[in-house]
Amino acid sequence: MPKPEILDPQGKAVLGALPRLGFQGVTDVRQGKRFELEFDGDVDDAVLAEVEKMAETLLSNPVIENYVVRVEETA
Amino acid sequence: MKVGVVTFPGSLDDVDAQRAVVIGGHEAVALWHGDHDLRGVDAVILPGGFSYGDYLRCGAISRFSPVMAEVIEAAGRGMPVLGICNGFQILCESHLLPGALIRNDHRKFVCRDQRLRIENNRTPWTSSYDEGAEITVVLKNGEGGFVADADTLDRLEGEGRVVARYLDVNPNGSMRDIAGIANDRGNVVGLMPHPEHAVESLTGAGTDGLGFFTGLVEAAFA
Repeated sequence: MPKPEILDPQGKAVLGALPRLGFQGVTDVRQGKRFELEFDGDVDDAVLAEVEKMAETLLSNPVIENYVVRVEETA
Repeated sequence: MKVGVVTFPGSLDDVDAQRAVVIGGHEAVALWHGDHDLRGVDAVILPGGFSYGDYLRCGAISRFSPVMAEVIEAAGRGMPVLGICNGFQILCESHLLPGALIRNDHRKFVCRDQRLRIENNRTPWTSSYDEGAEITVVLKNGEGGFVADADTLDRLEGEGRVVARYLDVNPNGSMRDIAGIANDRGNVVGLMPHPEHAVESLTGAGTDGLGFFTGLVEAAFA
């Protein structure tokens, strides 16, 4: 997600579009990105640490973005 | 001097940059993003365009191209590096320059003749200009808003590392009207507007941009 202090023009565009479509009550919109990474087997701490490194190195730009890593099970 | 111009997949302004280098009195050397080789150049330009399709973030993937490993290493040794537009974005993603460039605050692509003030003429790229010189060159970008935290902005201004500032209008929401910055050593410069499009009177906004490509000689003998 863009850091709170960073202007998010895309979020602003969405915020402007919502009332035009009749959706009321939204006071702010921030637009971010979501990456889904798949692994074979269990995601242990070592894998998670690698993913943190990926997030910090390539997937996000820590100058302007924050990130959260979350593990989800797939069937 | 031999000035390398890197072509990434999606670069647009590499040929114009090469032409500007030649008009500026230097030899232009084409460099390829996939090569671990700077071919013996004395300086490098990262040109404008949409390298790697601007996928992920502008410049985010280019930063990890083989040639950038060489550019980052050479910049650390003091080689002059100029990043224009997408090149500026690549330099920020590479952490050779602080801050980042985000989508224009007005959300539209902007293309105009832009007046700038050269605030730092102590870099190899701006030494042809008088300090405070006001020039007009082409500006064209969709994600040209320069942002950094307040401490970084204060440091850039305090250390005289703001190379150029927008005059008349702020075209993209850049903080403190910043159009270009330098690293602490001054050899790496990032600039959002395009001096390489303003080097011949036949086209563009005049020849005010030529100075970016003539100053290197003085740097070499400084």
